[in-house]
Amino acid sequence: MKKLVVIGAGMASGRLLEQLFEAAPGEWHVTLFNAEPRGNYNRLMLSPVLSGEKTYEQIVTHDADWYAAHGVDCRFGEPVVRIDRANRAVYSNSGGAPYDALVIATGSAPFIIPVPGSDLPGVVTYRDLEDTNAMIEAGISGKDAVVIGGGLLGLEAAAGMAARGASVTVVHLMGHLMERQLDPAAGYLLQRDLERRGIKVHCKGATKAILGHGRAEAVLLEDGTVHPADLVCMAVGIRPEVRLANDAHLEVERGIVVDDALRTSDPHIFALGECVEHRGQVFGLVAPLYDQAKVLARTLLGEEAAFRPVQTATKLKVTGCDLYSAGDFAEGEGREDIVFRDPGRGIYKRLVLENDRIIGVVMYGDTADGNWFYGLMKDETDISEMRDTLIFGPAFQGGTALDPMAAVAALPPEAEICGCNGVCKGTIVAAVQGGAHTLDAVRACTKASGSCGTCTGLVEQVMKLTLGDGFVAPAPAGMCKCTDHSHEDVRRLIKSMGLKSIPAVMQELGWKTVGGCHSCRPALNYYLLAEYPLDYRDDRQSRFVNERNHANIQKDGTYSVVPRMWGGVTTPQELRAIADAAEKYAVPMVKVTGGQRIDLLGVKKEDLPHIWADLNAAGLVSGHAYSKGLRTVKTCVGSEFCRFGTQDSTGLGIRLEKLLWGSWTPHKVKLGVSGCPRNCAEATCKDVGVICVDSGYQISVAGAAGMEVKETEPLASTPCEDEAVEIITAFIQLYREHARYLDRPYKWVAKVGLDWVKAQIADLPTRRALVERFEISQSVYRRDPWAEHSTTTETPRWAPLADLTLEAAE
Amino acid sequence: MTGFIDIGALEDIPRQGARVIRTVQGCVAVFRTLDDRVFALDDRCPHKGGPLSEGIVHGDRVTCPLHNWVFDMNSGAAQGADEGAVRTWPVRVEQGRVLISAELVSRPRAA
Ligand SMILES: Cc1cc2nc3c(=O)[nH]c(=O)nc-3n(C[C@H](O)[C@H](O)[C@H](O)COP(=O)(O)OP(=O)(O)OC[C@H]3O[C@@H](n4cnc5c(N)ncnc54)[C@H](O)[C@@H]3O)c2cc1C
Ligand code: SF4
Ligand code: FES
Repeated sequence: MKKLVVIGAGMASGRLLEQLFEAAPGEWHVTLFNAEPRGNYNRLMLSPVLSGEKTYEQIVTHDADWYAAHGVDCRFGEPVVRIDRANRAVYSNSGGAPYDALVIATGSAPFIIPVPGSDLPGVVTYRDLEDTNAMIEAGISGKDAVVIGGGLLGLEAAAGMAARGASVTVVHLMGHLMERQLDPAAGYLLQRDLERRGIKVHCKGATKAILGHGRAEAVLLEDGTVHPADLVCMAVGIRPEVRLANDAHLEVERGIVVDDALRTSDPHIFALGECVEHRGQVFGLVAPLYDQAKVLARTLLGEEAAFRPVQTATKLKVTGCDLYSAGDFAEGEGREDIVFRDPGRGIYKRLVLENDRIIGVVMYGDTADGNWFYGLMKDETDISEMRDTLIFGPAFQGGTALDPMAAVAALPPEAEICGCNGVCKGTIVAAVQGGAHTLDAVRACTKASGSCGTCTGLVEQVMKLTLGDGFVAPAPAGMCKCTDHSHEDVRRLIKSMGLKSIPAVMQELGWKTVGGCHSCRPALNYYLLAEYPLDYRDDRQSRFVNERNHANIQKDGTYSVVPRMWGGVTTPQELRAIADAAEKYAVPMVKVTGGQRIDLLGVKKEDLPHIWADLNAAGLVSGHAYSKGLRTVKTCVGSEFCRFGTQDSTGLGIRLEKLLWGSWTPHKVKLGVSGCPRNCAEATCKDVGVICVDSGYQISVAGAAGMEVKETEPLASTPCEDEAVEIITAFIQLYREHARYLDRPYKWVAKVGLDWVKAQIADLPTRRALVERFEISQSVYRRDPWAEHSTTTETPRWAPLADLTLEAAE
Repeated sequence: MTGFIDIGALEDIPRQGARVIRTVQGCVAVFRTLDDRVFALDDRCPHKGGPLSEGIVHGDRVTCPLHNWVFDMNSGAAQGADEGAVRTWPVRVEQGRVLISAELVSRPRAA
């Protein structure tokens, strides 16, 4: 009998042996080495073992009797340490075995991020039964566990430990979970489901260190967050286990290189499973490995067979999180999306099409049709005939294409149209027949589409059915082409539905694009930041260039730098520092701005963090001359020096600026404070103007001196400076909470009416609450962005990634 | 000349953002999308020369920061009513490293 030696008793080699013995019993005598002290078991089922749904005994695939019946010489717990190609033998530390053919099936090894503390006791990986038992035996019930890595494995580990009563946090480097299988919308739904079952999720979290004295106690992230952890599970990825093959000088790239017959660069040695690389591809799921096993069995029996990888689908084995993904779901030229969202039920389906073929599927919540779509994808079926109803799955195919109006017409009167408010079709029809001929009227008397608003289209269809041509659907006044919701709706829904991230808004409100656009993303970023100042994390990539780079971009791509000068007051030292900086960075123009600041124009992007650091060192901070936020508070000299001055207008201006700086607002905000009605600070064409008079302070708002020129309108008068400050703060917070993005205060006041604004400010509890909310927000946002970006880690990111002009010299 | 050269780690480019590389053929913006695809385009908007690397990236498109022209990063073509295109360069990611067409180290042949 010929001798076959197999290294590794994993998923792939188990299947190989079955195929081999079935096809030709007695042709090979097999010696099976395994590093684990046991034979083949179903590794996929470790998660149910971890969660307690199954025991190890239940997942064994090949027991002692099976090996005995097939005459397998089992060398379990004996890792192979060397392959002697010249003499065709392998060795473990307890002895060797000769071979006529050798199969390497060593799988892969979990990757450990080499952060400080990663070698502490209490840090485990997730690969085999030992790891699983380590997590179970840690007795984590009631304790804290952190899983690093929000991919398939990490989430299964998290769910398993949570099922055992641990308080689990998943730290994930990327912006959403399982980013290799899911797009942001589906990732968001998954996160929501996990959070609902008590698993905390921290995306965009980069692990910096594992802290602890003698054993893991906490995980520290780059952003400074510390998550307590009695146990840390690292599930950040795997790499093919190729050490033996390397030492034996077989051809190895990322994995052991094999041809279509699974042969390595040595004709007597074969390899399969996660340790191989086939035509540049490595593997991480079992389906293709089973195909490899089939092919290798035939190769070993001297038959012709070739391995061709096919696309595989992924499902997550976490009960209650129903997801399905297959194929390629990136956007691309010529690719189209069909997206279906049902936020109420947490359902999301997306098909990616190219040339009328499905090339990718992502589904969440309802994955029943996954296999059907997968079949169409594999068979490359032309779907143009069923395109209209494709997303509804096989149940809707065959017969004629569905007319959406016909579908609505076919609904019985008791069919629910508005899920939030439980309004059925009959109620809407009755309302329309009773005289409600506009959407607003229907909303007013039935509440239909009044909450989340996603059923608006359906309500309109019911109205159209009832009214016939008499119904004219209102033109959508959406924020942008990505949604039909207006700015006001979006703000309201963010609040009422508790939406806390851009993907959450896009998913729940049915965004029609995948990543939004340049006009909705900055708006959403602002709305979220204004609503949840403490929880929301600013999304830099959703900011316009000026705000992202904390400087004004000029037409030639250079920037201008404007330090803050509180109330327009400066000192000789500051002026010297500004002059020095201007010289050092060869600033082409130094100019005084209309808001009493000094502008350094023409600075190169990569110099920005450096010039900021210099200015910071002299005590100067960013003037936010680029921001949709507080810009300047222009002042006159006031009572301190002017013979007409009635109050300390300079002092008040400085006080206001120190209070308001750093705050983000729907559009830029400028203030002016003048010491008497001569108005040298031109306060009456600002967003907020104060004129000091003998009797106190006259506050007026909603002026403009831009494309439109408009005088301010009086808001309030008060004898007391503290009260003036309170009124102004409350006004700005009211504007922050209500205006649509990119509306200056004068536009917003015109929409809501000055009387309403006055009433809000005049009501003392309302005013105080506004000030309080403003202060909460400022506890986060009153920070100097220059200092935050001129650190040693940040500064290099402002320079070019690479300079290839140097390499060109040769 | 074919071939690719390593210009840095994928991680060094922010998601939905870009980094610039200097080349003898001018600055090239290397973009990274939300789903980790990369694109390389000349960093000059055909409209008035805006630095595309500073635009907002959405899907596989980028909006010029100066006057909001939108470009498809696959083809470099301006979208909608605007006309024109930016030159694109072959770029790819391998094992977390970004590789770009080696053409960029040689001077352009007579333009
Ligand atoms: C918890 C968990 C859940 C998973 N869930 C899924 C899923 O739902 N769907 C899916 O498709 N995939 C899943 N996978 C991935 C799947 O398990 C792997 O793709 C598959 O096991 C790889 O098979 P393999 O035979 O290549 O390697 P393995 O199954 O890893 O087997 C390799 C064996 O080789 C041994 N070995 C290594 N070096 C040596 C040596 N020098 N000498 C002797 N023996 C050695 C190892 O100890 C190991 O037992 C999951 C993986 C894990 C860990
Ligand atoms: S506004 Fe009045 S107080 Fe202020 S500088 Fe002018 S004249 Fe003097
Ligand atoms: S320069 Fe790009 S749009 Fe004008």
